[in-house]
Amino acid sequence: MFSILRSLWLTFLHTFHKRFTIQYPEEKAKLPARWRGRIVLTRDPDGAERCVACYLCAAACPVDCISLQAAEDETGRRYPEFFRINFSRCIFCGFCEDACPTYAIQLTPDFELVEYDRQNLVYEKENLLISGPGKYHDYNFYRVAGYAVGGKGKGEAEREDPPIDIHDLKP
Amino acid sequence: MVKITIDGNVYEVDPKDNLLQTILSLGLDLPYFCWHPALGSVGSCRQCAVKKYSGEDDQKGRIVMACMEPVVDGMRISVNDPEVKDFRANIIELLMTNHPHDCPVCDEGGECHLQDVTLMSGHNYRQFDFNKRTHNNQYLGPFINHEMNRCIQCYRCVRFYREYAGGRDFNVFSSRNRVFFGRYEDGVLENEFSGNLAEVCPTGVFTDKTYKQHFTRKWDLTTAPSICHNCSLGCNIIAGERYGTIRRIASRYNGKVNGYFICDRGRFGYEYVNSDQRIREPLRRGQASGRLEPVDRETVFNYFKKIFDKKPRLLGIGSPKASLESNHALQMLVGKENFFAGVSAVEHQLTLKAIQILKEGPAEVPSLRETEKADTVLILGEDVTNTAPMLALSLRQASRQKPMELPIKMNVPTWHEMAVLELMQDERSPFFVLTPTETKLDDIATAVYRNAPDNIARLAHAVAHYIDSAAPEVENLSEEETELVKQIAENLLSSKQPLIVSGTSCLNESLLEAAANITRALKKRQKSPWIFLTVPEANSVGLALLDEKDLNQAIEKALSDSYDALIILENDLYRRIEEDKANKLFDAFEHVIVLHYLHNSTTDKANLVVPVGPFSESDGTLVNNEGRAQRFYQVFYPGDSVKESWRWLGQIITGHGLNGRSELSKLDDFIEALVRDFPELKAVKDLAPNADFRIAGQKIPRQSHRYSGRTSMNANVNVSEPKPPEDEDSPMSFTMEGYQGMPPSPFISRFWYPGWNSVQAVNKFQIEVGGALRGGDPGLRVFEPQTDSDAPYYTRIPEAFKPQKDQWFAIPVFHIFGSDELSIYTPGVAELAPKPYLLLNQKDAESFSGEKVNVLLDGKQIELTVKTSSSFPSGMVGIPFGLPEMKIFKFPNWVKISG
Repeated sequence: MFSILRSLWLTFLHTFHKRFTIQYPEEKAKLPARWRGRIVLTRDPDGAERCVACYLCAAACPVDCISLQAAEDETGRRYPEFFRINFSRCIFCGFCEDACPTYAIQLTPDFELVEYDRQNLVYEKENLLISGPGKYHDYNFYRVAGYAVGGKGKGEAEREDPPIDIHDLKP
Repeated sequence: MVKITIDGNVYEVDPKDNLLQTILSLGLDLPYFCWHPALGSVGSCRQCAVKKYSGEDDQKGRIVMACMEPVVDGMRISVNDPEVKDFRANIIELLMTNHPHDCPVCDEGGECHLQDVTLMSGHNYRQFDFNKRTHNNQYLGPFINHEMNRCIQCYRCVRFYREYAGGRDFNVFSSRNRVFFGRYEDGVLENEFSGNLAEVCPTGVFTDKTYKQHFTRKWDLTTAPSICHNCSLGCNIIAGERYGTIRRIASRYNGKVNGYFICDRGRFGYEYVNSDQRIREPLRRGQASGRLEPVDRETVFNYFKKIFDKKPRLLGIGSPKASLESNHALQMLVGKENFFAGVSAVEHQLTLKAIQILKEGPAEVPSLRETEKADTVLILGEDVTNTAPMLALSLRQASRQKPMELPIKMNVPTWHEMAVLELMQDERSPFFVLTPTETKLDDIATAVYRNAPDNIARLAHAVAHYIDSAAPEVENLSEEETELVKQIAENLLSSKQPLIVSGTSCLNESLLEAAANITRALKKRQKSPWIFLTVPEANSVGLALLDEKDLNQAIEKALSDSYDALIILENDLYRRIEEDKANKLFDAFEHVIVLHYLHNSTTDKANLVVPVGPFSESDGTLVNNEGRAQRFYQVFYPGDSVKESWRWLGQIITGHGLNGRSELSKLDDFIEALVRDFPELKAVKDLAPNADFRIAGQKIPRQSHRYSGRTSMNANVNVSEPKPPEDEDSPMSFTMEGYQGMPPSPFISRFWYPGWNSVQAVNKFQIEVGGALRGGDPGLRVFEPQTDSDAPYYTRIPEAFKPQKDQWFAIPVFHIFGSDELSIYTPGVAELAPKPYLLLNQKDAESFSGEKVNVLLDGKQIELTVKTSSSFPSGMVGIPFGLPEMKIFKFPNWVKISG
């Protein structure tokens, strides 16, 4: 008898508690920054495309929903000629983000991917590429890689000595 | 056989190899860099450390490099001792201090031996916080990309390029951790085997530049075992596809044919497959427009139906670049008497002669790889570097065979590369190069002889006569020639394994006969000589086995008999015969039907063009120059319009109920029909298991288990994935589903093994490292030489060549890049191909004033730039063969020059 009354009382008290249910879609949920939602391609701090088309995201993807083709500009910088994600297959596991060596591919807290037509869930590079660096503000792959690209020659990356003179035989 | 103990387990092994090779042959994993089965041991990378104990009581042991250690009876070693594992991890850590952080943009990533070994050694995290040394890169030509920062100083590249392949324009520079591998200055790598640097280099210093232009990771390639179509040797290759285009060609190890390597024409000459000149749908000449217009498949069959309504007579022309199955399918369609080999009379005659010589014996015919073991080489007329490049690489190894006796005598193991080289110094096997033009093998030759093909044949006949006086005698040789004859003959007689090399490129039958005579004379003197003859094209021998009639006979027959239609299989007749002859043939027909994959002058004449698959989109069998039949498999499914030639022809044959044939739809049906019509080709049936073969009920996948993008690559067209294509012709599937273990050797489409992502995984596919593939190397001879035959000598000795006053004797000059019809579609190959020229002896050239001369050839005048050579025989001219800018002329021929 006491326990029934107690339960009724506790239930009554909830009337004055803060509400957890939100009125979606009028009201949006507050999601943590590392929520795994819609995938984007980011740019480095200099504003250039971060993706170097290494194919690791595609290899890591358990549902094989990422495809791309590597290309190289005239300065030797690699970029994806096309980059396609089929979101109708994506399971938002985040493996691609884990695999990415350049922080280019990132998952965002946007989960509202709904379409009447499944074909519209196929995102190309122009749909994926954003104009900022995403979650990682400072990283620039080409600043640490020994690969020469436009604006950065051999020996100009971080922790690199200038190129050696091959005619030098000094010990 | 000796017994050795590795980590407590006793193994019985053959002591012929070094310890590292033995450990790998036993299937154990041991990291290494500088050792390569073809290049031997130098002990420079210190990666293959193992612990060696001096006896049963030795608990401490000492660390030794496995690649420098001979295998002795009772030896006790440890591969997994903690101290030695630590040692290996430290070595890799040191090597990695200067290795840049650029795997994501490195083409080697994912198939990198350095990545594999780093993981194998357990060096997972970097601790080096200091500056890395850097290098400037060089431009090395259109084929090889240079990224010197990645170098780990294993010296494999320079050992391959200089010692194995004989290149001179590549070396190692500077000192200590700054050593640099490259050329003296920027420029195109001169060696014809430079592409192998990409496979020899354990990391990404040298990579395939054509691959870089459409780069795909190894795991994303759809790959199939294939055979190179660019010369007659039939090197085994792996062709890889992604998104409908061929991305790269890699060598496929075959212990009997090409071993570990392929030439640059084979590796890079694939881009015609992706060319915009490809024919991808059926084309019919519009009645109004007169141009070829796309039509559907039904129109092709209706076109044939209309022809067949009249009980037609068809004339079929085959191709030495097309498979046995395709040629035979055309033969079935038109009937044997109406089928002609699509090659010029002289070429076909010589190929038939070569086959006759090979079959008759008594010389044995070595495989391409076996020629490395010859210890005396005589080359008659053939510039092998340009006509059969991989043979040049093998012969270069043969030139080390005789001096190898010294290290063997002194008990120095043959795998001990540096010691062997020190002992040999500049010593070479007796090596004679008798050719009209300079060759790239002259540098290793004991003696060279530059003369007209007839004179070379005379000299060779004299060699035969010197060896056995029953062979026909040659008169009027000069004193020097007699001396050379003596030198060659004595060397052949004193050698253990003499090899006579000749071929068809001089277009001289006497040369082949002389080569045969020498082997017959040697046989009479109780020698067991080898003979190796090259032929013009990938399936020249196969085509000659199917039919003995050539193009000239086809033209005669077409003009004398009444035919309704001409069907040409994968052949550009304007590259086979002179223009006016070809025109005459085409003019005789109302219907010209061409099955081809590229637009060319022949398809321009066609009324109907049927799109067929090149090597990447067809299955088939080729017979190489030694009579070895080898199967190549379709790499990818090109869509519904492009089909194999044999499939199109088979559908037409069955569609019209011709010849009362049984069903012809799958590859196996065509092989069955081929073997029924040509019982001597029965080996073709046993080349590989047929299409019903399964392992554990599964097909063998063409894609790796890591293949990516399957639900996305076609999503831009349709988000619903299509059903994958099925392969009814082979036991392989076009997808990643199936048995991912080790397939039977004819179906190896990639070398991969857990922990071994790089091409070094090939070790796991061999019975013992450097030997045959598990289950035997694929490929079977369709004919074997009759070694006990008593074939008579050829008695026709040609007249000595006499220069004439106002006429010049023209011979074709072949170029590895430029003389081949298809590889020239690769931009890099076109870049390296020579511009049209006229080769003249220096003295002869003095009689012409200008740089250019007018040459009157077959009644046509052309202007050519003069190139001179001091050794080119006087009274002759050399004309580059098959350059795209030049028409085909009748060779050999007399021409007039003015200017």
